Amino acid sequence: MSKDSNKRPLFDAAIMRQAGIECLKKLSPARQARNPVMFTVYIGSILTTVLAVQAATGHGEAPFGFVASIAAWLWATVLFANFAEAMAEGRGKAQAAALRGLRRDVAAKKLAAPRRDAAWTEVAGNSLVRGDVVLVVAGDAIPSDGEIMEGVASVDESAITGESAPVIREAGGDRSAVTGGTRLLSDWLVVRVAADAGETFLDRMISLVEGAKRRKTPNEIALNILLASLTLVFLVVCVTLRPLSAYAVSLAGQGQAVTITALVALFVCLAPTTIGGLLSAIGIAGMDRLIQAGVIATSGRAVEAAGDVDVLLLDKTGTITLGNRQATNFLPAAGVDERRLAEVAQLASLADETPEGRSIVVLAKERFGLRGRDLASLNASFVPFTAQTRLSGVDLPGRSIRKGAADAVRALAESAGIAMPGDIEAFIREVAKSGGTPLIVAENNRPLGVVWLKDIVKGGIRERFAELRAMGIKTIMVTGDNPLTAAAIAAEAGVDDFLAEATPEAKLARIRQYQSAGKMVAMTGDGTNDAPALAQADVGVAMNSGTQAAKEAGNMVDLDSNPTKLLEVVAIGKQLLMTRGSLTTFSIANDIAKYFAIIPAVFVGIYPQLAVLDVMGLATPKSAVLSAVIFNALIIVFLIPLALRGVKYIPVPAAVALRRNLLIYGLGGFVVPFAGIKCIDMVIAALGWA
Amino acid sequence: MIVTDWLQWLFFLAVLLAASWPLGLYMARVYMGRPCGLDRLGGALERLLYRRSGVDAGREMDWKTYGLAVMGINLIGIVAVWAVALLQGVLPLNPLALPGVDPFVAINTAVSFATNTNWQAYSGEATLSIFTQMLALTVQNFLSAATGMAVAAALIRGLARRETTQLGNFWQDLTRSVLYILLPLSLVLALVLVWQGVPQTFDAVIEAHLLEQPAATAPAPDGTTAAAPTGRQTLVLGPVASQVAIKQLGTNGGGYYNTNSAHPFENPTPLTNFLEMLAILLIPAAFCHTFGAMIGDRRQGLAVLAAMTILFAGFSYLTLAAESVPNPALAGIGVAAGPSLEGKEVRFGPAGSALWAAVTTAASNGSVNAMHDSFMPLGGLWPMLLMQLGEVVFGGVGSGLYGMLVFAMVAVFVAGLMVGRTPEYCGKKIEPFETKMAALVILIPPFLCLMGTALAVVAGPADAVSNPGPHGFSQVLYAFSSMGNNNGSAFAGLTASSPFWTLTGAVAMFVSRYWLILPVLALAGSLAGKKRLPQGPGTLPTHGPIFMFLLIVVVLVVGALTFVPALALGPVAEHLALFRAN
Repeated sequence: MSKDSNKRPLFDAAIMRQAGIECLKKLSPARQARNPVMFTVYIGSILTTVLAVQAATGHGEAPFGFVASIAAWLWATVLFANFAEAMAEGRGKAQAAALRGLRRDVAAKKLAAPRRDAAWTEVAGNSLVRGDVVLVVAGDAIPSDGEIMEGVASVDESAITGESAPVIREAGGDRSAVTGGTRLLSDWLVVRVAADAGETFLDRMISLVEGAKRRKTPNEIALNILLASLTLVFLVVCVTLRPLSAYAVSLAGQGQAVTITALVALFVCLAPTTIGGLLSAIGIAGMDRLIQAGVIATSGRAVEAAGDVDVLLLDKTGTITLGNRQATNFLPAAGVDERRLAEVAQLASLADETPEGRSIVVLAKERFGLRGRDLASLNASFVPFTAQTRLSGVDLPGRSIRKGAADAVRALAESAGIAMPGDIEAFIREVAKSGGTPLIVAENNRPLGVVWLKDIVKGGIRERFAELRAMGIKTIMVTGDNPLTAAAIAAEAGVDDFLAEATPEAKLARIRQYQSAGKMVAMTGDGTNDAPALAQADVGVAMNSGTQAAKEAGNMVDLDSNPTKLLEVVAIGKQLLMTRGSLTTFSIANDIAKYFAIIPAVFVGIYPQLAVLDVMGLATPKSAVLSAVIFNALIIVFLIPLALRGVKYIPVPAAVALRRNLLIYGLGGFVVPFAGIKCIDMVIAALGWA
Repeated sequence: MIVTDWLQWLFFLAVLLAASWPLGLYMARVYMGRPCGLDRLGGALERLLYRRSGVDAGREMDWKTYGLAVMGINLIGIVAVWAVALLQGVLPLNPLALPGVDPFVAINTAVSFATNTNWQAYSGEATLSIFTQMLALTVQNFLSAATGMAVAAALIRGLARRETTQLGNFWQDLTRSVLYILLPLSLVLALVLVWQGVPQTFDAVIEAHLLEQPAATAPAPDGTTAAAPTGRQTLVLGPVASQVAIKQLGTNGGGYYNTNSAHPFENPTPLTNFLEMLAILLIPAAFCHTFGAMIGDRRQGLAVLAAMTILFAGFSYLTLAAESVPNPALAGIGVAAGPSLEGKEVRFGPAGSALWAAVTTAASNGSVNAMHDSFMPLGGLWPMLLMQLGEVVFGGVGSGLYGMLVFAMVAVFVAGLMVGRTPEYCGKKIEPFETKMAALVILIPPFLCLMGTALAVVAGPADAVSNPGPHGFSQVLYAFSSMGNNNGSAFAGLTASSPFWTLTGAVAMFVSRYWLILPVLALAGSLAGKKRLPQGPGTLPTHGPIFMFLLIVVVLVVGALTFVPALALGPVAEHLALFRAN
């Protein structure tokens, strides 16, 4: 699934063709019964069809043409709703088909024992069960999800993530998970299978994008109950209208009781068919938008929860700051020339391939024009960073140059009987306080000065946090840095709070603390040690590059492994709920105009004075009823793009969002049908249909 | 309508809002078990009552236990009233020697008074003895009011508490409602009424000397037992003031006399008229403040009160406006121009009568000081619609608030989605279970109303309505709107004492009371079990003007969408015909 294929046009011809066929298949009663609102329309369509047949024989309650056109438009209403759902499903299905291509049955090399040199037998990939151990060599497709037990290899995961650069996977650590369907480009791996056939990540992804396993979310159920109740009320209104109008006829001594055809038409117009017909399309489209953003949610519930999030736990590195710290300043000790410090620091970093090391070389060149030198020609030997010394540097003839964190260099100096100079200690405090990382450079055990490494806050992130704050979402920066450093970066980035020196336990504790205060928490993570926190969070987004444990603990997987994605996930969740609410409001607001069309039309025979209620001045009573029914059917089609795309989402406080959506969808829903029904009536009158 | 009428309307609203505030805060103290002042006076009696009846007031109840207690005492009440009414012929305090009541009428009356409806299928003082009025009806006036108040308190606790199953103790809520709220207020009001001339006596009758000799053929006006051509008239007396006080304060509405608050002995002066209207809306309005104080956010209570007040102001304005125009049918036949006075008492005038009609239907009171049947078509429509909205515009004591809170939850459901969050009200998430219960509460009254009306026009006695045309239809619709919403007022033209009407009415009243109370309690139980989420800029503010507006719209839209067709066949058609023809 490449990034490009995700950006499907809204009305893809192939999908529309497919949806056209699907919407007919969905006419089976079993499929219709799943949606109570549309089911009543379905029953109404059947009923009016029977009445039309009766009318055709000449014994009908109303002229055949009228009953038949009502019946036809009711069927159209049902089909349009089916079409909306089929369109939303079709977009998922197209993606699923692309994924299914990856699941070709591959042969797997099943190992007898979890060792590279153990004997293997060739078995079908889909016969593997959890716990089996397989060997994968360069060129093989990885047969199932699993955990690497042995080996390092580069893997092409573009099929899943859309990222074309191969990634390194290795045993141990946070990059030990492999996904079924990806391909090994080099080397070999021994993989323990972590999922049974049919339950792999790929399988889950396929069923999710297809919407096959889609279960209604709690909010969707609640909304359905509300809509079903409204439908029930309107059913009672229409059913009782028959005796009530018959009684009115007996009192008035003229007119006729409302026909069943008109009652069904009235009922279908009043029932919230617009939202009822689009509800499942909205849900499926929400998932689809998430997939387009490169995130796979394990359930629709997680998407809804994303809309409710109050607290975001964001990793500092990669989300708030650029991945790496950069050298920004040289701070020499008293009696040391700044140029000399820069030169020594450059020497210490020449062989250091870390981004920090490279940034020191760059800074030295910028400030003092110091060119890179060839270490070999200097007779220098590189001293790499080890966990024991926690220092790196070079040894030149007669010179031993080291750089490292304050306490490591302090230990080095003190071991040689040299005290850390007071001004360096002052620099260390100053740099740490301002959110930087002090790197101490020493020559022959004597500290010369400090290199100021700074975290670079991403451009525009501050504004995004401000938007989130306006929406009532609190951002918390999680970092392994000390509190002083963390506080400075937090202030610069504009987050609300930070968690410094964060351990997995501390993260978990912080999440629980927020949850017990009733807040919904979202976080991202990739390591196995993030798994408990990911599981505890209401929305846990695991990086696809992360471990299997992390991916299983979270309820979403970010295929691009981009921690900033959390912000988009929240927006998509909110958009999904907003679309539901807005279309519900629109649907109900429509009813007022429909009453003004239908009520005078069906009662005017009994009480002619009720004609004044016909504010739209519709041509005839029959065309009034028909126009309302046609409007009710067509509005579903007109709103399909909105349902699929979602209503426009702007990060503003709740009160502002409510006012805006109420104006557009509430007031709009009140006004639009007056104009729409009048236009349709004029067309009908012009065509002479009724 | 003259300026003073509108000033009276404004003055009434101002006094109502001013008086409800301290009372609401006082009631919050009562339900939170805090010292409220009167507990020092009544505490000993309260404890004695618990001890004697074996109630452990400290033991809290979950929603099911609470519901069982509610149902228990109410069912006992229904049986007791029924038995007393049947047996009143052999019971004491029956100076007029009235016989036992017809069993069907007695069932209707028993259910009517237990459900706080006070629909009167009987003929007031002409049917019931003093014993029945005092010991059956007045007792139920207190108990049914206190039941509604207790259920409202339980729902508020559900919203206020977190992660518990306990909603309070019903017996304690019931006792405290009566002892510290209803009794003291009734005592004060009854004394004022007595001062204004309302009888409070065990004497059965008084003889009045007529100034004018009535014609022998003159029909006896309601409220008198005989109009003998002897120049004397016998007027029935009794403990009227005490019953009238609680009938208004408890939004019961069942009068001592058949003509209800139009009778000079129930409502003798403009002052009593004003005070009784105030008494009807006082506790329902105060409950909004109680709600705000108990959940610790007064603004929430104010928002609900504001929504109710705006709705009430609108409807009472429309009713007043409808009654302030002359009846075009009377034009040119020599009747003095001006608002129609048919069916109204001269001492209240059109304004005092129209305002009362709005008050009594906004609250689920149902007492009348004029005959709504005689109102202009629109003057009858607005009170009818006020009932059809579900008695949530102030509504009954307690029941108005819990009904409105359920509407608020529905409003919050749609609005909450529109701001991109799953909906929450007062920090409680509204999920499928809450939606189900809310749907029951909102849907049952319209069901009863429409089904009852349809049943009556199909199967009811054909001679029940007294008018042909749309007005006859309005009479039927009004009756079921009243019973299906526990109001109790009537379009007088309907003859509702036949078994069909008494039994269907009893079913409608029973269902619309208890099939709402139980879902409300279930809702309270479910809400109490939830966490209370903190409010922030991302949560939908349920105290601002937008939400108030939305709440009003939801109440109106649900009511209007349900009843527009029926109303079109009744008052709307009648109005258009009347003003078109003339």
